[in-house]
Amino acid sequence: MCGIVGLHLREPSLEPRLGELLTAMLGQVVERGPDSAGVAVYGDPRLSPPGRAVVSLLGVTPQEASTALPDAAVVAADATTVVHAESPVPELLATIATALPQATVIGSGEGFAVLKGTGNPVQLAESFGLAGVTGYQGVGHTRMATESAVTPEGAHPFSVGPGQCLVHNGSFANHATIRRELRAQGVQFDSENDSEVGARFVAHHLARGTDLEKALRLLCERFDGFYTLLVSTTDSFAVVRDAIACKPALVAETDAWVAMASEYRALDVLPGIEHARIFEPEPEEVYVWQR
Amino acid sequence: MDSDQDSDQGRDHGRDQGKDTVRDMGMDFASHGLRESATFDRATIHAIQRAAATGVYDIRGWGAKRPLPHFDDLLFLGASMSRYPLEGYRERCDTDVVLGARNAKYPLHLDIPVTIAGMSFGALSANAKEALGRGASAAGTSTTTGDGGMTPEERGQSKHLVYQYLPSRYGMNPDDLRKADAIEVVLGQGAKPGGGGMLLGQKITDRVAGMRTLPVGVDQRSACRHPDWTGPDDLTIKIGELREITDWEKPIYVKVGATRTYYDVKLAVHAGADVVVVDGMQGGTAATQDVFIEHVGIPTLAAIPQAVQALRELGVHREVQLIVSGGVRTGADVAKAIALGADAVAIGTAALIALGDNHPRRDAEYRELGSAAGYFDDFQDGRDPAGISTQDEELAARLDPVEGGRRLANYLRVLTMEAQTLARACGKAHLHHLEPEDLVALTIESAAMARVPLAGTDWIPGASGAAL
Amino acid sequence: MAALTGVEVADLAASTIRDLNQALHAPQPAAAWRVLNPRGAHSVACGLKDEVTVDIEGHVGYYCAGMNQHATVTVHGNAGVGVAENMMSGTVRVRGDASQSAGATAHGGLLVIEGNAAARCGISMKGVDIVVGGNVGHMSAFMGQAGRLVVCGDAGDALGDSLYEARIYVKGTVKSLGADCVEKEMRDEHLVELAELLKAAEFDDDPGDFRRYGSARRLYHFKVDNSTAY
Repeated sequence: MCGIVGLHLREPSLEPRLGELLTAMLGQVVERGPDSAGVAVYGDPRLSPPGRAVVSLLGVTPQEASTALPDAAVVAADATTVVHAESPVPELLATIATALPQATVIGSGEGFAVLKGTGNPVQLAESFGLAGVTGYQGVGHTRMATESAVTPEGAHPFSVGPGQCLVHNGSFANHATIRRELRAQGVQFDSENDSEVGARFVAHHLARGTDLEKALRLLCERFDGFYTLLVSTTDSFAVVRDAIACKPALVAETDAWVAMASEYRALDVLPGIEHARIFEPEPEEVYVWQR
Repeated sequence: MDSDQDSDQGRDHGRDQGKDTVRDMGMDFASHGLRESATFDRATIHAIQRAAATGVYDIRGWGAKRPLPHFDDLLFLGASMSRYPLEGYRERCDTDVVLGARNAKYPLHLDIPVTIAGMSFGALSANAKEALGRGASAAGTSTTTGDGGMTPEERGQSKHLVYQYLPSRYGMNPDDLRKADAIEVVLGQGAKPGGGGMLLGQKITDRVAGMRTLPVGVDQRSACRHPDWTGPDDLTIKIGELREITDWEKPIYVKVGATRTYYDVKLAVHAGADVVVVDGMQGGTAATQDVFIEHVGIPTLAAIPQAVQALRELGVHREVQLIVSGGVRTGADVAKAIALGADAVAIGTAALIALGDNHPRRDAEYRELGSAAGYFDDFQDGRDPAGISTQDEELAARLDPVEGGRRLANYLRVLTMEAQTLARACGKAHLHHLEPEDLVALTIESAAMARVPLAGTDWIPGASGAAL
Repeated sequence: MAALTGVEVADLAASTIRDLNQALHAPQPAAAWRVLNPRGAHSVACGLKDEVTVDIEGHVGYYCAGMNQHATVTVHGNAGVGVAENMMSGTVRVRGDASQSAGATAHGGLLVIEGNAAARCGISMKGVDIVVGGNVGHMSAFMGQAGRLVVCGDAGDALGDSLYEARIYVKGTVKSLGADCVEKEMRDEHLVELAELLKAAEFDDDPGDFRRYGSARRLYHFKVDNSTAY
């Protein structure tokens, strides 16, 4: 199980503080998920310079990435290696597949990077350099791992489409069947993780032209289980809960930002929280904020 | 005449006797060419016809009754040329266990590693609860409340009392919480992992109703999930609250019915459990649907190694204690569970049998109820002639709590001595020194589930496959 | 630590929840407390057993005033999951909104939520009185055994699902009723009861504007005809 945090900035003057605020939020959900963490950040010029394709990788060292991808720049972030290059995203991914076959792609797109690692999330945030990150949107997750090896691959967010992220608190009950259905349609999976099935399902529908809200409504219809989901793309930020809604979810909204977290104390760190509209999402209602 | 006889025999399709003697065949069906279907056996036929007659599922007590791989399928490797036994008496084999030292100010120190499992007042009579308290205290161990709250009888008699914290929260209150010696957060039990409590109207007397805040005589509907938390991340916060309310004094147990035991134990530890209780499908209940009992959950034998593996991987084996329940009957079961890695066991059904449940001397009375000694599992009806699983005052009076306590204490001592006998034969100075390597299995299933080799071989089926 | 006014002040920016609860659990705790900077902390002022007054300045996390006995606890802000869960007596007031399972399984006392309560308000209530100034979410009073739930706003789906003997009064709309929960006649004794509850909550809504809901008691004994209700 775990903790979710998300921040979607409306006020450009807050963008320099994205990483600082995400770090503070993440620190408040560590007890729910002490073993590993992941964050996705949108718009940071160091991790994802404008106009360049960005791919986030696990399972390679920065040196290996540099050697294998002479035309790309490499940014180290704990267990994650972020590479960015001038070539289009599909081309960069194809190059990586051949030159770094041992790597696991944990995110790809433009203006978007995903960082994952194991260990205490507060320490991870530090080794990610998260406090210095800037940008317009960020999503974070702390994990209570159950697998025998606590791995970075197991951390959320699951990003299986360009610029897309899914973070999940709860557990699905019929995902094995849905995984088989998606596999039959050609979708490949990186893990046995139930959350990955949710991410692949959404990505699959988005790739076929369905909008995010509809994709999430389809997910609610298809998936059994208790879940709070935070889903982001390069231009949207969405929250949805299952019909029974036992897993926690809080949304806070001001003119300057929209934020979501598993517990209020993660929202309490935000500037202007004292004037925010705070509410709990209704079950099976999709809340989407567009950039 | 001869030809007539021949043709008669022909019409009888070769049966040796005529139809009159088939009626007289008694129970010797097979010799008369009758064969029972293994699929639609008489018990199944009865179940289908009962469903057709009533339109209601069958509800009963006890745990899974069908044969399952169990402790009997394991054997100890006793002393040999290379391994030396200990003498009885002088050469010590200790039996004490400390539960919950990880966080609590006052861990439980028990003299024996056999505890009494959670059974409610409501399911059981007040006399039965008192008897359990008396017997456990005499033997130096703990009892556990159940889905009806804490009775003064049990708290008065039980030297160590574990207070269950269940989805229903019947009778839950902070005064009793503070009086408890430990708190057991119950997610589920082996008989019905995923099911809530059940108590039918005939057992909801004034006293039971008062304790549970229910109308007298209704069929109790119970929640299957906790009302204010779901999932180990929120359980972490709930355990924090229970510790805060009781000033961190008492060990917190987390109890699960055996299903995905490996994951459950890890998550319980992450959530803050000081002790984990795993109840296999043989674990009893006072009332639930027969279909639930027999078809949900895994055998105790299959659950133990999963639990121990989970604890070992987290580096907390013996630091977070493991209590195993579900079909523990003899000192051999106790010793085997401990050898597989448990710190202690809990008994429920066996404790009730020790008090007198299903005693042959009551056979006539069981037959009046449509059952028989050795078969009686209609705890849900509340008409138990032994006075144990009933709220009827007259019936309950048949169980003398002092005598019941004495019998239970005797039984607990025998369990302990039997376990010590086996442990000494394996050269162990403490029951906890028993290890999986002291065991072998008689069948492939039990070898695979218990993860010990088939006797005479070094083969553990499934060991080379995936971790689970 | 007591100020001249005789009020103990606990600043959670400088001290811990453990310190606060330990002090509140002491044999003869100070009679009045102010708790500063809760900032969403969990288990604030839980397990109280004396007639103390605790004012919490800010938002609290889960299980504030859990298992409360005799104390008067006021949250000047919002409350997280399970506020006043299993309360036995005393009063808990939330000036803002309350999250899920407010007053869960509580046996007595009064819980007032001036704003909205989320899902499962009064779940499995066993005698507590809960008065909500705003709305309540879905599955409120689920398996409510005893006590009274008053909702001055609207109620969400499945109100009173699987209800026993708890009584429910709602002023606004009820999105849907749960299994075995039905609207019932509002008689004089109910108006009197409701007026008392509203007065205790310090709300000035008119009892005449409310409707009463209770158990149809058809699920009290399992009958095969009811199987679709399960």
